[in-house]
Amino acid sequence: MSDLVFVLIEATVKILAIVGIMQLMAAVNVYMERKVSAFIQGRIGPNRVGPWGTLQPFADVFKLFMKEDLVPKGADRFFHSLAPIISMGIAFAVWAVIPFSSYVDIGDRRIYLGIAPNVSIGILFVLAMTSVGVYGITLAGWSSNNKYSLLGGLRSSAQMISYELAMGLSIIAIVMLAGSFTLNDIVSYQQGWGGWRWNIFTQPLAFIIFLTASFAETNRAPFDLPEAEPELVGGYNTEYSGMKFGMFFLAEYANMTTAAVLIVLLFLGGWALPFDASALGLADGSIGLALTHFVVFGIKVFLMLFFFIWVRWTLPRFRYDQLMDLGWKKLLPLALLNVIITAFFVMFVK
Amino acid sequence: MNNTKNTEAERLTFWERIYLPEIARGLGLTFKEMLKPKFTRQYPEEKWNPEGSYRGRPVLVLEEEIERCVACGLCARVCPALAIEVQASETNYDKERYPVKFEINMLRCIYCGFCEEVCPEEAIVMSKDYDLVFQSQEDAFMDKARLLKPVSELQDRLEYIRQYK
Repeated sequence: MSDLVFVLIEATVKILAIVGIMQLMAAVNVYMERKVSAFIQGRIGPNRVGPWGTLQPFADVFKLFMKEDLVPKGADRFFHSLAPIISMGIAFAVWAVIPFSSYVDIGDRRIYLGIAPNVSIGILFVLAMTSVGVYGITLAGWSSNNKYSLLGGLRSSAQMISYELAMGLSIIAIVMLAGSFTLNDIVSYQQGWGGWRWNIFTQPLAFIIFLTASFAETNRAPFDLPEAEPELVGGYNTEYSGMKFGMFFLAEYANMTTAAVLIVLLFLGGWALPFDASALGLADGSIGLALTHFVVFGIKVFLMLFFFIWVRWTLPRFRYDQLMDLGWKKLLPLALLNVIITAFFVMFVK
Repeated sequence: MNNTKNTEAERLTFWERIYLPEIARGLGLTFKEMLKPKFTRQYPEEKWNPEGSYRGRPVLVLEEEIERCVACGLCARVCPALAIEVQASETNYDKERYPVKFEINMLRCIYCGFCEEVCPEEAIVMSKDYDLVFQSQEDAFMDKARLLKPVSELQDRLEYIRQYK
């Protein structure tokens, strides 16, 4: 088998698997959100569709498919249809550089689990893609010909631009420590100190800034101003129905998963075990170790997703001026300070 | 008191103003809520059994195979929603009068219980039926046959009336 054919097959399989995982994760997220919110509010949540209501998200999607697809009269039809596709496409594209696990050696070939986890600009790609994601929401708001949608779209773009700075700066500190933009390198950097050199311990300030910013980037409570339903009806997706709305919904949960995955990779040690892997008796590159890494990664991501949902049902929404105040006057200076301190540390101590 | 601090933000301490400890406290509270027992009733499978004080669908008391009603028409008179229609006739029983037609329009009934309160014979009382569904407007007109209910099923309500009214 020639190299080209092998690479093509490998990439196709990986892409199909990852798109499948994403869709499934969105469904799992919806179910988890409904259950956790119910438990926090003293209810028991969905329990009618399937065992313990586990098929509820599929019932939701089925319902959305059945709905009529409405486009407002004054709306720009082209952009109105394009916006959800951008939102969802971008949310999926980010996953191209995410490593899910270590690598598997098959014969003399080394397969990394992830579409392109060793790309040298991994984090930059993620940041760039999440920035492009604003277009989806802003276009949706603008093309709907509805004042509430427009306000939601504008808020979203303002919010994302404000928090992207703090987010990027908090990542710079980590990049300086690890000395690489590649996500796999950052994960292996965190394997020091017997597997416990997680960036959450070495960079607690950066962790808090990144966590806050990622809540804002994913438009989730307490920063869900773009879809603040008491003020803006539904925000940017007011005029959407049927599967177009479903695509925004899917993109929102995909973004949440992406944020959780990034936090795990950058701060919580990624897919690495919190002890020396040789203690399990599994060799590097074996399928067993890769699976263990994948499970470790999955557990961490799920805990992080649970945290996201937990926060949503705990905190009230920020006011718009408070949001801007927090982003520009608190998080940005703190992130800059963190970068300077880390730079001094890297220059003189290391 | 001489309070020079005017806004909420000025009254907060440093730790309260940096949010994080308070957020952690809030998260702790919601986590505790998650572990508490739930109050959800699995409704269609697990029905709710109301107390005697509950005012459900008004029914006619059926005692020893005949209704207690003497067709005095007070309930129809007092009904604020004009939901009750009674037509009286004579009978050979001791009570001498009986309703040849007794009809309650359930679309009009407001479950106020005035009919029960005004009834001199304890002949019309509020039952515990609460899941009333009608397929058509005609279906919502309760005639005598559908209104009659044996007295044994209404003991809770009758006791309640004697005690509190």
